[in-house]
Amino acid sequence: MSDFAPDELLTVAASRVLTDGTTTFVGIGPPGAAANLAQRTHAPNLILVYESGAIGAKPDRLPLSIGDGILGETADAVVTVPEMFNYWVQPGRIDVGFLGAAQIDRFGNINTTVVGDDYAHPKVRLPGAGGAPEIAANCGEVIVILRQSTRAFVEQVDFVTSVGHGDGSPGYRERLGLRGRGPTKIITDLGMLEVDDATNEFVMVALHEGVTREQASEATGWPLRFADEIQTLALPTEEELQTLRALKA
Amino acid sequence: MTASFTTLPEAIADLVHDGDTIALEGFTHLIPVAAGQEIIRQQRRDLTLVRMTPDIVYDQLIGAGCASKLIFSWGGNPGVGSLHRLRDAVEKGWPQPLEIEEHSHAGMANRYAASAAGMPFAVMRGYTGTDLPKHTKTIAQVTCPFTGEVVTAVPNLGLDVGIIHAQRADRKGNVQMWGLTGVQKETVLGAKRSLVTVEEVVDELEPMPNQVVLPSWVVTLIAEVPRGAAPSYAQGYYDRDNDAYRAWDSIARDRETFEAWLAEAVFNV
Repeated sequence: MSDFAPDELLTVAASRVLTDGTTTFVGIGPPGAAANLAQRTHAPNLILVYESGAIGAKPDRLPLSIGDGILGETADAVVTVPEMFNYWVQPGRIDVGFLGAAQIDRFGNINTTVVGDDYAHPKVRLPGAGGAPEIAANCGEVIVILRQSTRAFVEQVDFVTSVGHGDGSPGYRERLGLRGRGPTKIITDLGMLEVDDATNEFVMVALHEGVTREQASEATGWPLRFADEIQTLALPTEEELQTLRALKA
Repeated sequence: MTASFTTLPEAIADLVHDGDTIALEGFTHLIPVAAGQEIIRQQRRDLTLVRMTPDIVYDQLIGAGCASKLIFSWGGNPGVGSLHRLRDAVEKGWPQPLEIEEHSHAGMANRYAASAAGMPFAVMRGYTGTDLPKHTKTIAQVTCPFTGEVVTAVPNLGLDVGIIHAQRADRKGNVQMWGLTGVQKETVLGAKRSLVTVEEVVDELEPMPNQVVLPSWVVTLIAEVPRGAAPSYAQGYYDRDNDAYRAWDSIARDRETFEAWLAEAVFNV
């Protein structure tokens, strides 16, 4: 087994949860890498949809941006941005949305807008919403990928950019008229959390090989709950790492 | 009225005035970077800049002090990190305070669609439950008169000028672009005046896959500007210069290195 970076660990873990044949809305960074890796390993019929307008893209290397030429050139269909959001995302045609986050809370609400209490004078100005609010609202389900730390896993997000399960009360999303299931999994460099349907709270269900419960708890800004049975996620295989690195070359 | 051919400096002098609301569009592909730098050279001030993904072209305009307001949905350097000039303006007010009006991509796309359609607003499902409507006044709820369903409304952008870059124009001024075409058609159709910079002017527009053609009579001015979208890309002409996007991170990080770049790369040409 060769050495690997934390981002490679979480990218490989995220690729494994994607089911062959599903339509997946893909961003850049680890989410894009995970979807492309899945397409090259266990899910050859995964349909990659990029917000730049490429539907069914089959890039042979990882694009740096969501609008790289390789996406349009290899796509089944290329549509404009208004069409992408109005005809494809809005009616719920996409099964899985992949999102990153700067902050996330126990109910899967996501902040990518500002860090700090004062919107007008933020401590840190983040890039903003992009496609995320409507992806989170309308895709069948959402998988969030980010590194686990107390900076990112917070008791309360400073700004709700994309809605998860709100305050956790039953039927929160239904009351708002949000049609997708919302975030169902958070995949991190320490393991995987899944939403508990009874409480709408994210619960640690798996740890990467060699990671302890204490490490996961210390990296989380709320009292982290664990599932009754914690699975161990197998380390990336040589094949997965080689395929991932070839995509980035 | 058909499109007129001119030079880029004359086009900017003619179309873009201090205080205008302008959009330079191109969703990663075909970003009109050369036109943005000409606006900096002509030292336009107090502009309201509209763009879904501000990208480095707006980082440059903001850092150069051309803008007093930004209407946008994602302000980063794709795959690299922050737009440091944008952040400096928002966080520290340098070189001047920048008012922001923040949307999602779906909201911006619908605002462009309303603008192109000549409608006061567009309807969509969006923003519900997020904190964006608390800070962005241009998000409202509207009730469907047929079903009673409550949906979201976002307004026309009110664009004075729309600027895009396309691959080709023919000599009559018909414009052709292909590949990922973002919201460029809406940018031209939704603005009072428009400028299209093109890679080349040709005798005949050979049909291309996924092409968008803008007839000459909806375009105000055309300027031939080869490589006018670099360091973004023009499909069929040149690739995205990813190294330039990475290099921008260190240029824009400090005010001094940015101003040195501005003096050398924009004003000294």
